[in-house]
Amino acid sequence: MKSKNIAIISFISGVLFALGLGIAGMTQPQKIIAFLDVFGAWDPSLVFVMLSGIGIHFIAYRLIRKRQSPIFSTEWHVPTKTEITPALIVGAIIFGIGWGLGGFCPGPAVVALASFKAKPFVFVFSMLLGMFLFHLVDSKLKIRK
Amino acid sequence: MNQAWINAIVGGSIIATSASLMLLYNGRVVGISGILNGAFSAVRKKNTWRLYFIAGLFSGGLLLNFLSPEVFTDSLPASIFADYCLIVFSGLLVGFGTVLGSGCTSGHGICGISRMSTRSILATAIFVAAGIATVSCLRFFGVVR
Repeated sequence: MKSKNIAIISFISGVLFALGLGIAGMTQPQKIIAFLDVFGAWDPSLVFVMLSGIGIHFIAYRLIRKRQSPIFSTEWHVPTKTEITPALIVGAIIFGIGWGLGGFCPGPAVVALASFKAKPFVFVFSMLLGMFLFHLVDSKLKIRK
Repeated sequence: MNQAWINAIVGGSIIATSASLMLLYNGRVVGISGILNGAFSAVRKKNTWRLYFIAGLFSGGLLLNFLSPEVFTDSLPASIFADYCLIVFSGLLVGFGTVLGSGCTSGHGICGISRMSTRSILATAIFVAAGIATVSCLRFFGVVR
């Protein structure tokens, strides 16, 4: 069963991703703020998350893409867009401001739900609402395409 | 090398392993904002891998909460009404911005840069810069302690 295999890998990948974020310190909003606070009490430790994460995946990506196709699928589903659009730039600015204000990006926020504290729930609910609002605006204005 | 740096390197390596597994087996990129955004239509499209990934993220969170709950330490204020207004506002921005900009710290930051995607490198530079600018403004106005 291919779809069952895909589900199992997705689940394992999710568990690993959560463990990685937690061990790295990404689930602590004050660490994110300190990482972004370069003109204040800067904590550079999260630079090492990027360095090791990108370093290893950079090599793995090249080795894996030598294959004709992934193991459980007949084709690759990797993004192919190359155009630099206003949506990319404005979206990144809006995300960056939200990240700096709250110290949460999407992954760590979902992982932090498991701490059963109120704050991650409020954040994740607001984030999903933000995504919903985007689609509401986009269905009228078609800003992303 | 201090402990925070070692944790960051170990965590980043686990994140890279998660992303590489997903690519090798399912041929997909681990982008959390895209997975959350796509999960809305997952049941209708019978494309449920996103739901399994999110279940994995939450399960990994439960495991962290059981083994070392200190990874969910959050020393930022979340007591008065104004704190929650800020959390809601930052969640809305993160949700809206990541869909508009087609990615967040995982999809653009880790996977995209590893693929050497110009869009992702630019997006990451912009959202980190916007985050730094935001935290610096907060510091300037005395909000960051």
